[in-house]
Amino acid sequence: MEMQKVTVTLTNRVGLHARPAALFVQTAARFRSNVTVRSLTRGTPPVNAKAILSVMTLGAEQGHELELVAEGPDESEAIAALKELIESRFGEE
Amino acid sequence: MDGQRVPGLPASPGIAVGPAWWYRHGEVRVVHRAGEDPEVERARLRRAREESAAELDALIAAQRDRLAPEELAIFEAQRLMLDDPDLLARVEESIEGGASAEAAWEEGIQAVAAQLRALPDPYFQARAADVVDVGQRVLRRLLGVSEVAELPERPVVVLAEDLTPSDTATLDPDRVLALATVGGGPTSHAAILARRLGIPAVVGAGAALGGVAEGTVLVVDGDTGELIVSPSVEEQAGAEARRQVWLAARAAAGEVAAEPAVTRDGHRVEIAANVGSLEDARAAVRLGAEGVGLLRTEFLYLDRATAPDEEEQLAVYRALLGALGGRPVVVRTLDAGGDKPLPYLPLEPQPNPFLGVRAIRLARRHPELLRVQLRAILRTGYPAVRVMFPMVATVEEIRWLRGLFEEVRQGLEAAGTGLPRDLQIGMMVEIPSAAVLADRFAPWVDFFSIGTNDLAQYALAADRTNPAVAELADAFHPAVLRLIRMVVEAGHAAGRWVGVCGELAGEPLAAPLLVGLGVDELSMAPVAIPAVKAAIRRWTLAEARSLAEQALRLDSASAVRDLVRAATPPVVPGEDGG
Repeated sequence: MEMQKVTVTLTNRVGLHARPAALFVQTAARFRSNVTVRSLTRGTPPVNAKAILSVMTLGAEQGHELELVAEGPDESEAIAALKELIESRFGEE
Repeated sequence: MDGQRVPGLPASPGIAVGPAWWYRHGEVRVVHRAGEDPEVERARLRRAREESAAELDALIAAQRDRLAPEELAIFEAQRLMLDDPDLLARVEESIEGGASAEAAWEEGIQAVAAQLRALPDPYFQARAADVVDVGQRVLRRLLGVSEVAELPERPVVVLAEDLTPSDTATLDPDRVLALATVGGGPTSHAAILARRLGIPAVVGAGAALGGVAEGTVLVVDGDTGELIVSPSVEEQAGAEARRQVWLAARAAAGEVAAEPAVTRDGHRVEIAANVGSLEDARAAVRLGAEGVGLLRTEFLYLDRATAPDEEEQLAVYRALLGALGGRPVVVRTLDAGGDKPLPYLPLEPQPNPFLGVRAIRLARRHPELLRVQLRAILRTGYPAVRVMFPMVATVEEIRWLRGLFEEVRQGLEAAGTGLPRDLQIGMMVEIPSAAVLADRFAPWVDFFSIGTNDLAQYALAADRTNPAVAELADAFHPAVLRLIRMVVEAGHAAGRWVGVCGELAGEPLAAPLLVGLGVDELSMAPVAIPAVKAAIRRWTLAEARSLAEQALRLDSASAVRDLVRAATPPVVPGEDGG
């Protein structure tokens, strides 16, 4: 099995908490693959992208770089969906 | 401690008197740390989580339309926290090790909250309270503690340490006269809730409030932020009287807020809002603004290392304009420099920033900065955009600005960009030279908007940031009113409309003067709109004109105020706006 990895920059204003964090986690949970996320900016270890509290504790603010890794049957789709969500600024602005 | 005055922070306007009632959401404490059979503890936790989830779902469904978007987002996030797989794995592990469900759950919640509190961004730190709040919801279920004591039948002044989002969603507003909290600030949940419900609130009153006994009579003044504990008979009567006036004014203004401002004899004045953020834009629409008379753009430029590029500006303008539903919007180009320096445009130190390089004087030194901004504004394609230049002192300046604007417009047209259909160009009048020479400026613009704060400080040579002389820079001064009249007369003679966007426009007392002077549009802070509309509706145009004529012949700002106060028709509660 391959593994999908991508680096994205958080551009929405409030960062990864409240509604953006909820949307992020709900999107990750739609896929069967294991998905992790870590903050390159803050140098955190990877955390479960389907766990909202773990995602919030990344403290990801506007401008931070995140690395997403997915592994499983639908890993490409999972990465594509999360990348699009982040790049669309969670539809907030 | 009769009549003890306790200072706090004003969080929601209005005034109320009533008995104190302590809101104790009684933080739930865990006593039994050791569990029964892990199987039993797991089942207890599952049930408590399921019940809490149902509670939150019901709360979200019932209050979707009542809650502010940021509050709704918190509940939705809390709903997901209940099912967080990492948290559950950690809690399961403790239960397996012999802990009770409540001890394991509390420990898991506190660990996450501690991690959030350790983050550098205060916004993330504040989320720790949301995590603890949802944790408490589950603990109450586990321990069979009811959520909160029932509010008494008779309305009370609710006192609390601070309020969580869950607390604020469950308080029955009909039984709450006012809110006062020991902690919290103007953006705390208690403050947001109080403003939305329109009840007076004071927050951050500190330990002095903590000592107030249940049932003590309290005056809560949400305008000044002051509390009076056990007021004297006179203090109580005074507060009651002010409450009646406030209630009457609120009822009258609220009912007709969306209606236009029309004098008793049918003269209509356009009421617009001053806006500096998306929040403001939403508030403006809600409070009955017919347009935006001043969109400040400084927020895009301040506190950053480099200037915002065209695409970033375009995105921000589009989001903001999107909230305004096609209403006309006056966008003021960057008014920085001097007292608002930009790190990426270093200026030599200026002994007198208000008389130095600022606004378009800065733009003339850095025309590219203005060009980028104009391109972003025009590219929004928003139908009714008015571009306004600040701090124009000479005709030569407005000719240069007009030339630069036309160059940008033609460039975009040549590139096939769709431009606003109803585009106007205007200038602020805040320097006396522009007011006196308004007829010479008129051919170059579609409108004038008078900035009364600066006009007053320049006309009276009084720096409004210097407390020793700030009082002199009073826009009610007859000298300022005469300058306003000159601009209106010159503007109207040339077929231009004239607005006022300084603080004077948001003063109900000034409304009849400005209407009487012939001003076409008043633009103000959104919260001032209902009161100013109500003020305009009390007068006829003929009365307002005669009042303005008298004011122009007075000697001082205080004489002008006295004149308006004495001449204002009395308000009879319930008849206003009828």
